[in-house]
Amino acid sequence: MTRTLIRRILMMPFLVLGIVTVAFMLSQITRGDPLAALIGERQMGNPTIVAAAKAKWGLDRSLPERYAIYLGNLVQGDMGTSFRTRQPVASDLSRRLPATLELVVAAVLIGGVTGVFLGVLAAKYRDTIVDTVVRLLALTGSSVPMFWLGLLVLFIFSVRLGILPGPGRLDTRTAAPEFVTGFFTIDSLLAGQFAKFREALAHLVLPASVLGWTVTGIVARLVRASMIDVMSQDFVLAARAKGAGAWRVLLNHGLRNALIPTLTILGFTFAYLITGAVLTETIFSWPGIGSYAVDAARSLDYPAIIGVTIVGGFAFLIANLLTDIAYAIVDPRVRTGGA
Amino acid sequence: MSRQELALALPPGRPARRWRARWMSVPVLCGLAVVAAWLIVGLTVHLWAPYDPVMLAGRRLQPPSAAHWLGTDALGRDVLVRTLYGVRYSLPIAAAVLAVAVAIGCALGAVAGFFGTLVDGIIMRLADITLSFPPMLLAMAIAASLGPGLVNAGLAMVIVWWPIYARLMRAQVLSIRALDHVEAAVAGGAKPGRVLIKHIVPLCWSPILVNATIDVGQVVLLIAGLSFIGLGAKPPTPEWGQMIAEGASSFYHWWIATGPGVAIFSLSLAFSFIGDGIRDLLDPRTMQE
Repeated sequence: MTRTLIRRILMMPFLVLGIVTVAFMLSQITRGDPLAALIGERQMGNPTIVAAAKAKWGLDRSLPERYAIYLGNLVQGDMGTSFRTRQPVASDLSRRLPATLELVVAAVLIGGVTGVFLGVLAAKYRDTIVDTVVRLLALTGSSVPMFWLGLLVLFIFSVRLGILPGPGRLDTRTAAPEFVTGFFTIDSLLAGQFAKFREALAHLVLPASVLGWTVTGIVARLVRASMIDVMSQDFVLAARAKGAGAWRVLLNHGLRNALIPTLTILGFTFAYLITGAVLTETIFSWPGIGSYAVDAARSLDYPAIIGVTIVGGFAFLIANLLTDIAYAIVDPRVRTGGA
Repeated sequence: MSRQELALALPPGRPARRWRARWMSVPVLCGLAVVAAWLIVGLTVHLWAPYDPVMLAGRRLQPPSAAHWLGTDALGRDVLVRTLYGVRYSLPIAAAVLAVAVAIGCALGAVAGFFGTLVDGIIMRLADITLSFPPMLLAMAIAASLGPGLVNAGLAMVIVWWPIYARLMRAQVLSIRALDHVEAAVAGGAKPGRVLIKHIVPLCWSPILVNATIDVGQVVLLIAGLSFIGLGAKPPTPEWGQMIAEGASSFYHWWIATGPGVAIFSLSLAFSFIGDGIRDLLDPRTMQE
């Protein structure tokens, strides 16, 4: 396994190059003038801007040369200028990243906790109605169209019941807290604004729950399977023989060991979360990278959509690598390379 | 253990007797019933639907009533009729996307696994790169680059989906290539192409088919997602994702999005049930009885 890990790490530069190459190819197959794709239709009449962009992106050169220039610009963090926001794509993305991270972290927390809880419950009451219901819930999580679920919960909790706020990170008239981490919940606490904290938290509940539900199902399934596996082992029997209570055995001896395999799906759930974030953010007007990607795709803002693709690919790579590393650290069998 | 790995646990050529008995579980039957119902609706809806899916059917934005069971949308079209027509887009497109992705993926995977070396390296690295993107983002980028439309959205999905089947097929070919009958065929003087097609590929299909079944629901979801964003079907097409997008602009009129939402949910859940049942069937841990 250590060798696998080293192999994975050695693969990284190759995959990074692959991601960038795919992005370059996408920018080349866009219909219409690639120059228009870089600076926007409206600037096409302006000869100085056209000449500057041609020189910068090497559009009068051959394809390999263009590729080299594209790589060079990318290394300097230049992904072109969004022709919708008229800002460099890189700065647009970095400004919107915290919103997405806050949403995803909250979703992982909600999904992880409920998933572990449901998984333990299903394992404890295996083959009863509880087990069936949990299994049904888990399946539902991966087959419900999230964009519709988001609309539904908005209608129920915000419009009908009025107990939770509508879309957005804060009410429209509330100013964002002073920037520290970019997480509104943390920043408002740091600034000592508790009313704002409660507002940010209330705005987070619906989108994070909708997004977290996809994770719930995956985690619940895995925890259930590995709990059943662990609970059939001798050390659990030994603990029980010594007189430990059923729940104590379940949580202290069972769950602790059953959680290790759960780590392996961290990277896997990340793919779901990105897909989910794109649609959830759109429904909840959440100003993160997902809604940025959708706005870009809708207006055929190529530099922006390709920038998001690159960033998403990198994030996915890192998540998978971290998963491998975490797994290697946690499981001693993996660490020593033994069986 | 991932889905693919579980599917791979299927030993080739198992006796058919036990299969039939365990196949008939309640969730699988429910799933099959739902899929069958949608197929019937898709084939016959034009014969009995009381309204046209793209023409005015009544007053605008009517809540559900006896005349319009799921209400009407902002253009006065019947939501239920549009939802029922929607299956004519989602199901065939999902099937076509999967068929093409499975065909391309399996062909490349079989070649990679059988011939190895350089071909294997090139094909599998291509698969690695494609799989290193979050599927939704890559599909969005490709669909946007190709230009919006259902066909391009389908093409984007094929590009995103083939590597899964390439990996699966390659693993299958590698494990079956080591079996005795293949060695016997090679010793008997069969040409490589013949060995691959006649002696290896026919034994590879079961996990592929199982995975494809599970994936239909996911493809339906993702295509609806692309349409919802505006990269798939164009108005006035009664496509589910597109309809939910129309309903999303005013979530006070909850019924507009509810018809297509429930439709996507039912179809995708049905394929999950079927896939889940088959997965249980193949899982060696639940098989010992």
